[in-house]
Amino acid sequence: MMRRGLWVAAWALIILVLIMPLAVVLAEALKNGFGPALETLKDPDGIAALWLTVEVTTIAVIANTLFGIAAAWLLTKYRFPGRTSLLVLVELPLSISPVVSGLVWLLLFGAQGWWGPALEEAGIHIAFAIPGIILATVFVTLPYVVRTLVPLMEQQGRDTEEAAALAGAGFWQILWRVTLPGARIALVSGILLTTARAMGEFGAVSVVSGHIPGLTETMPLHIESLYNGYQTVAAFTMAALLACMALATVLLRYAPAFLWRSREVPK
Amino acid sequence: MRAFNGAAGQYHAFCILVVDGSMKRAFTQFWRGGYSALPGYRFSLLFTVFWTGFFIILPLCALIIRPWQDGVGPVVAELHDARMFAALWTSFSTAAVAAFLNIPLGLFLAWMLVRGDLPGRHIANALIDIPLALPTAVSGITLATLYSPQGWLGYPLSKLGISVAYTRSGIVLALMFVGLPFMVRTVEPVLKNLPQELEEAAKLLGARPRQIITRVIIAPLRPALLTGFGLAFARGVGEYGSVIFIAGNQPFKSEIAPLLIVVRLQEFDYPGATAIALILLLASLSVLVCLGVLRRRISAWSVGA
Amino acid sequence: MSVHVENLTRYAPASQRKLLDDITLTFPTGAFVALVGPSGAGKTTLLRAIAGLDQCEEGTLTLNGNSLKTLQDRAGKIGFVFQNYALFPHMTVARNISFGLDVLPRGKRPSPTEIANRVKELLELMQIPALAEAYPARLSGGQRQRVALARALATGPTLLLLDEPFGALDPIVRRTIRTWLRTLHDQLGLTTILVTHDQEEALEVADRIVVMQNGRVVQDASPTDLDEKPQTSFVMEFLGEAVTFKGQVKNGYFVPDEAHVASFPTHISEGRADAMIRPFEIMLQDEGEAAVPLATHGKSNGYRHYSATLAGRAVPVFVPETSGGAHIKTGCAHLNIQNARIFRNGTRAN
Repeated sequence: MMRRGLWVAAWALIILVLIMPLAVVLAEALKNGFGPALETLKDPDGIAALWLTVEVTTIAVIANTLFGIAAAWLLTKYRFPGRTSLLVLVELPLSISPVVSGLVWLLLFGAQGWWGPALEEAGIHIAFAIPGIILATVFVTLPYVVRTLVPLMEQQGRDTEEAAALAGAGFWQILWRVTLPGARIALVSGILLTTARAMGEFGAVSVVSGHIPGLTETMPLHIESLYNGYQTVAAFTMAALLACMALATVLLRYAPAFLWRSREVPK
Repeated sequence: MRAFNGAAGQYHAFCILVVDGSMKRAFTQFWRGGYSALPGYRFSLLFTVFWTGFFIILPLCALIIRPWQDGVGPVVAELHDARMFAALWTSFSTAAVAAFLNIPLGLFLAWMLVRGDLPGRHIANALIDIPLALPTAVSGITLATLYSPQGWLGYPLSKLGISVAYTRSGIVLALMFVGLPFMVRTVEPVLKNLPQELEEAAKLLGARPRQIITRVIIAPLRPALLTGFGLAFARGVGEYGSVIFIAGNQPFKSEIAPLLIVVRLQEFDYPGATAIALILLLASLSVLVCLGVLRRRISAWSVGA
Repeated sequence: MSVHVENLTRYAPASQRKLLDDITLTFPTGAFVALVGPSGAGKTTLLRAIAGLDQCEEGTLTLNGNSLKTLQDRAGKIGFVFQNYALFPHMTVARNISFGLDVLPRGKRPSPTEIANRVKELLELMQIPALAEAYPARLSGGQRQRVALARALATGPTLLLLDEPFGALDPIVRRTIRTWLRTLHDQLGLTTILVTHDQEEALEVADRIVVMQNGRVVQDASPTDLDEKPQTSFVMEFLGEAVTFKGQVKNGYFVPDEAHVASFPTHISEGRADAMIRPFEIMLQDEGEAAVPLATHGKSNGYRHYSATLAGRAVPVFVPETSGGAHIKTGCAHLNIQNARIFRNGTRAN
């Protein structure tokens, strides 16, 4: 009886706190039915925002995946002075406010920044332009791949890599044939987290973007403009689209575990 | 006297030798990857150092140096700004309250997921990630709508005389939503690794159910709870997107520090914005360090954790 | 392949402590050498240094007279079996074994059929022909051991390095793999260096034993020499159960401090010394008397085990069972320890 009560309480909490917001997104988007909701997606600024988000996310994910693999390799396969500091440094963006993460790029490349004016003169626009958005997104999503890879690769040790090296494999061969296949579930998980975070980033991007509709507005920024402009249906339709993309990405993390579970029985 | 000098000189030379020898070795270890023969050390070292240098160290330097660049004036002016302190207080107090309220909720959900045989456990487990996955702007407009006086939850609450939207309680609610997964996800693995035998052993030793919960289950979880608190708190202090829509953003009342940074930037007051950012960063880092120290103290019994 | 190590020294990371302390050793082609010692003695460190997995701060290492600087130079010439086997978990047994051939540059790589034949050959040599398509997680300890060995041998190395190869196996598998490894060594003409903390294993399988302690070589000798002439009291104790009698050398005799232990002649100089002896080397004098009571503790390998009660302690004594020796001894007047080795300050004196 007690147990049943706890179950009900747990599910009530989950529904109230976690599911209700999702339901609100859909309800608000479909307030006037499917047609008007779909109609709002045809707005050229919205489409531009969607493509910009895809573009920025792709670049940030590729960049941080390459970095994440190199950093995880360095941090787990070697012991060298300064290793711990590097670990702390890599995780730092997680405890920095998104607004500050955007601000720092303005300090470097903004109109009042260190190098902004010089670059501006040379015709290179970073702040209030797409490169700035990319820099801010890379900064915010930098730790995710490293964070998921490091504990797993640390636990795997370096024996298999050493065995491969003794058998004659070079750096790329070891990485490609031994390390990454062994850590693929963590790697995929890290990439998906990076993706979800990159497409949803709001605070950092909002500071560096300049909010130019159709040019420097990503989906989250466009949602804000629409919401503040009282275009509720349009705002929530775009929000629903973005939420679906992000949730699907995060849920995909559970897929590889199902696909590969049969083979990799832990020792 | 002479002999004493000689001895001191020798000791000095010895010190230089030791320092020099170990420094040289430390440098060689750094350059050669602790003498590991695995290939790729220098490549990954250079790549990582370059990347963190550009993406983390350089921006941090800008953040630390920029406020002082126009002299001490702007920083001192900022330190006299009551609005900034009000904003910082709002951010820190709401983040702390939200993280604190999340402790029982997170513990309850984690326990139900791991030990409670909750029906639909796998679905519930995936649902826990929603606040993490949901883009903050989406959470922001959604929570603002949900708790607005006309909203699904705001309407019944306003009937009860509780107004949530556009007040500090709204901020706390938004931060609780955002921080809940951190709590559940830090407690969950520790709870999973806690042997079930502990509860059985306590039962055999005659502990009553409530004693089992407080002494055998919660006590070993305290470090994890503290970590979860720290993560949720750190996230809450800096949170922007999910808060600004529900907060109302009235200066001195419901204006959070990240928003004040944005306001200062819109006024083109870069030194002012940077000064707030620096204080925000230092304050949240020192809270995290304190929590880390506290955590180490209460988990002295566990070697690894 | 012959291995020569000279003045090898390695420091622990960020400290002055030496993991390897000035080690000089030669391993001729075809030798089967065991590195033994307690944990932390530096055995594995030395083995890894020989393999080239760790570089040392000081000293030189040559293989067949060449100092091969990088791991790439040694690749394929050295077979290494890790303590936990380090099999690639996401590859089948066959792919594990063929790894060293698969990663060769295209010009040097054998054709797929040649590789398949080599794998088959190795699987048969290891007596596990049926396991080609299995994944390592499904194998037993002994099977993993054989796969690891096959992988190490695939590129045809002439030097085989084994790090605690029997550590995780149960006693019966251990014994069979041990003898089988010895035959493999002889059959393939390998130079084998094996690290173990189990001295019995080392005595049984190796031609030569290097005893290490605190990063140094304490003694390097054949199993029989090691048994007969241990250089230090540490080696004496490490190789098997030993009993120590403290005493004094006086007028050409070793005089034990304890009563009821007989003095015996020795030619070493006068002063304090320790006599160490194995329980089966102790002899009982004037059986039947009650000065030293004996309690019986069963028997094994043709010895009857007793414990002899001296003033402050009990000393184990193993007495060979005589063909008709049915009666059980109950006491004696003296313990005769004339076969003891005498050590002074830990090193051999007689």
